[in-house]
Amino acid sequence: MPEIQKIDVLPPKGVRPPLLGPGHDLGTVTDRIGGIVLQRHTPIFWFMIFGVAAMLFGILNAAIGYLFFRGTGIWGINIPAGWGFAIINFVWWIGIGHAGTLISAILLLFKQSWRTSINRFAEAMTIFAVMQAGLFPLIHTGRPWLAAYWLFPYPSSMGVWPQFRSPLIWDVFAVSTYFTVSLLFWGIGLIPDFASLRDAAKTLVVRRIYGILAMGWRGSARHWNRYETAYLLLAGLSTPLVLSVHSVVSLDFASAVVPGWHTTFFPPYFVAGAIYSGFAMVLILAIPFRYLYGMQDFITLRHLQNCGKLMLATGLIVAYSYAMEAFFAWYSPDKYERAMMWNRMTGPYSGYYWMLILCNIILPQSLWFNKVRSTPWMLFLVACVVNTGMWLERYVIIITSLQRDFLPTSWGMYWFTKWDVMTLLGTMGFFTLLFFLFIRFAPAISIFEIRSMLPQAKVKE
Amino acid sequence: MTATHLHASPIYGLMAEFEDPTDLVHAAKGAFDAGYRKMDTYTPYPLEEAAEAVGAHHNRVPLITLIGAILGMCGGYSLEYWVSVVNYPLNVGGKPYHSWPAFIPVTFECAVLGAALAAVFGMLTLNGLPQPYHPVFNSPNFVRASRDRFFLCIESVDPKFRLEETKRFLQSYHPHEITEVPY
Repeated sequence: MPEIQKIDVLPPKGVRPPLLGPGHDLGTVTDRIGGIVLQRHTPIFWFMIFGVAAMLFGILNAAIGYLFFRGTGIWGINIPAGWGFAIINFVWWIGIGHAGTLISAILLLFKQSWRTSINRFAEAMTIFAVMQAGLFPLIHTGRPWLAAYWLFPYPSSMGVWPQFRSPLIWDVFAVSTYFTVSLLFWGIGLIPDFASLRDAAKTLVVRRIYGILAMGWRGSARHWNRYETAYLLLAGLSTPLVLSVHSVVSLDFASAVVPGWHTTFFPPYFVAGAIYSGFAMVLILAIPFRYLYGMQDFITLRHLQNCGKLMLATGLIVAYSYAMEAFFAWYSPDKYERAMMWNRMTGPYSGYYWMLILCNIILPQSLWFNKVRSTPWMLFLVACVVNTGMWLERYVIIITSLQRDFLPTSWGMYWFTKWDVMTLLGTMGFFTLLFFLFIRFAPAISIFEIRSMLPQAKVKE
Repeated sequence: MTATHLHASPIYGLMAEFEDPTDLVHAAKGAFDAGYRKMDTYTPYPLEEAAEAVGAHHNRVPLITLIGAILGMCGGYSLEYWVSVVNYPLNVGGKPYHSWPAFIPVTFECAVLGAALAAVFGMLTLNGLPQPYHPVFNSPNFVRASRDRFFLCIESVDPKFRLEETKRFLQSYHPHEITEVPY
């Protein structure tokens, strides 16, 4: 058996790196991916990262605890900027989730086989990112235990019902449906892999645990037949769903009359931005994962290059959107729109605006170079820059529009507080914590889908 | 041989183990052509050819999903209508109570939710999962069905099943091993 290639070697010019390191067979694929989960020994770096994440999670709990005690006054929000970090972070996190669905559903429908190595953990990323996102509108109510009757239609004793003409309620339905469907998609993907872990487990307890999770999966042809149908149908359902989610999020803004928000252009602009930041997050997770666990034979340079290309493409759509935003303001006869754009570029928050242009448009142009797309650490840096830029984008959209709307007498400034920062960092910790639990206890790469990619897996005529 | 003898068969079936998917599909096709129907293949990844060979072409998951989508769609829209028109009519900026364009997003999301739940739980129900016990797991090497081996099981409930005869039949496809699967 040839040695499994684990190091990053770029093939000669004109040849693309393989999708799977050479030398694998059905057994080695199972052992390598399942081994991460089944090994008794947890690597030291896992504890280090988990420890930091747990600390940040503790900070999140403290910040939320104090919020419930004192109310949203501890945050920087006030009139005129009634939406601050909470909504910025909500839009940012939910956008990050979108790449996971794009990889698992849309690329499946387009038969992009390179998605196979990265779909599982991208789906996990989606679920965990949507969890962080969902937290923000809930805690933004200040008293989430009262928020149930504002958000969900249930027969409350007051006889009050949600307002279905409002995009904020559409958002509740879109985000909760998105979370549920993503969870189902991820969950059924895991069933056959849990069966593999059950059969590979060395101790009775582990075998029992994965046995329960695998629900008695035995790989029957009739089961696979229905399974594949359901999987494909879920992909078909997720595709319009993911496009609807960020469109509905953008309608939270677009249906308001605030300058800078009131535009029909928002849905596609937001969806492109979401996928842009999502691919950046996929790279931020994939590059350390493949390095720390030595999974360079599964997540090859080809995957990184493709993610880089998709980031470049969606980044260009985002750049076009920024240009159009400025153009609309200039071309419209609306003096408030023009004032808003001028305020963004030269006003008190112009630093944020130009940083955003630098992070989201100028620096990512380095992705045109194959050298950058093929060098993991460079891609990692670009991805970090892009996610910073995407956060700044939401900051600029929300804050600059609210702080100076129509009447100069009602203008004001927004200053975030330490509680805002603690909550944001806390959700990053919570996300990392969930992600590291996931890679320890579930196969982070889809084993059965990788198996079907192997040349020996095909039936010869 | 009598019918009672067939039902009282002490074994679940005969399990043939193959190392290569091509051999498995070949054997499964051969068994189907020989008239065996109560059989199944067990593979570590979905193998379309194997499903076709054992006669599993169509399934009812798409129909169940469609029903789920329609129920979700109707449920979502009716909820909005009942809340906004019947139970809690509220005049918001002079908009009609039945402002149907504003009801579309929630209707869409409910349809997707209904369809997705129906697809997943329909698939699991049709597959009979979760299933705590199944005789095929008694087969000694069956742990490799989720790893790198391909299995064909002809079940004893098949009317054509005769232990010795079926064993000889399977032997002709040169499997790695043939085992009797106890209940």
